[in-house]
Amino acid sequence: MRTPDVVLCPGGPMLLRGDHVVQDAEGRTHETRRPVSAICRCLRSAELPWCDGTHVLLPDERRPR
Amino acid sequence: MRLPKPRGRLGVEVFDRLVEMPRQLPADEEVRAADPEDAASVLWVLHELSYRGFEDVADDAASDPESDPEVARVRRVLERDLEARLRSRWDAERRSRAEMGVEPGAADDVVAALIELIETHEGPSMARFVQSRADAEQARELLRMRSIYHLKEADPTAWLVPRLPTRAKAALAEIQYDEYGGGRPERLHHALFASGLEGAGLRSEYGAYLDEAPLEVLEQNNAVSLFGMRRRLRGAAAGHFAAFEATSSVPSRRLAQGLARLGLGEAVVGYYREHVEADSVHDQLALRFVCAALVEEQPELRDDVLFGAFTCLDLEARFAAAQFDRWGVEGA
Repeated sequence: MRTPDVVLCPGGPMLLRGDHVVQDAEGRTHETRRPVSAICRCLRSAELPWCDGTHVLLPDERRPR
Repeated sequence: MRLPKPRGRLGVEVFDRLVEMPRQLPADEEVRAADPEDAASVLWVLHELSYRGFEDVADDAASDPESDPEVARVRRVLERDLEARLRSRWDAERRSRAEMGVEPGAADDVVAALIELIETHEGPSMARFVQSRADAEQARELLRMRSIYHLKEADPTAWLVPRLPTRAKAALAEIQYDEYGGGRPERLHHALFASGLEGAGLRSEYGAYLDEAPLEVLEQNNAVSLFGMRRRLRGAAAGHFAAFEATSSVPSRRLAQGLARLGLGEAVVGYYREHVEADSVHDQLALRFVCAALVEEQPELRDDVLFGAFTCLDLEARFAAAQFDRWGVEGA
């Protein structure tokens, strides 16, 4: 089976493999800059739309599923 | 880089004879009896023979110190000693957690076990201190100490690649490609750190601050080289790597904020900002794809993966505690 290009990490971000343009909630676009990018799912990142690891500071019940 | 200054008798003996042929290095008992800092400095040097070497140690086919049997013997004695010490700390941690009724890494799934180990590990935080309290001199001193590893960042992990089964190998190669700049030398992480050092008014040559590196820093370096260079320790190498990446994003943001507060230059702030984003990807890949895939195929490595992760966390905590002690910092 092909390796997934999109992976939802329990409690963490969504991984996105390859080159993409991501549109954020305000309609701004962001180009991916690395082989795999992590898209924030807890919405607490200071670098939206990218994950900055902040989910680890949240209690379990407030982390994305 | 030239050989560092010896830290004790063992260093004097080994460094002097590293340039001689035939080599007669100190006997095993003498190596084992060396002062810890002396021993750590010698092991760092012997590992370095397999990285970039030293200007004052010949590396032609005739002298070939990297495969010299005497060098190998001393290195083996020092590595065995280090490994025994690291394993005894892991055993002590497991015993103390068992007494509190929590078995470290008991979760069935190795990813859950690693996350639990990482998130429940307690230790003083250098990043918090730099974020809000450190002065510029302390921050520069920290950068000098970090330079011992960051100027060879990702290199010790590169040894692990050929030792992994297919899925774990593909995942690690994907991370390493990013660490090495994705084909652009100016994005290569250890080159970014070199620019950061220059921007902060520090020297950026490889090993420039080796002589002032304290024992805890040498031990951090030696552990990651040992795990990477020994195939039998590939589980520990993978676990160490995952814990290193998983404890990088949030601390890197704190360090970036602290270094910006102290005005140490855009380049070094940029280096840590890059790690906020890069390592929030790398930690997921390292946990879910490198470690999980490795343990799935080679379940006997599970405990070593946890041992490696613990060692990474423990050595950083020991470094921070010792450094706060040297600085006279309390309550950090």
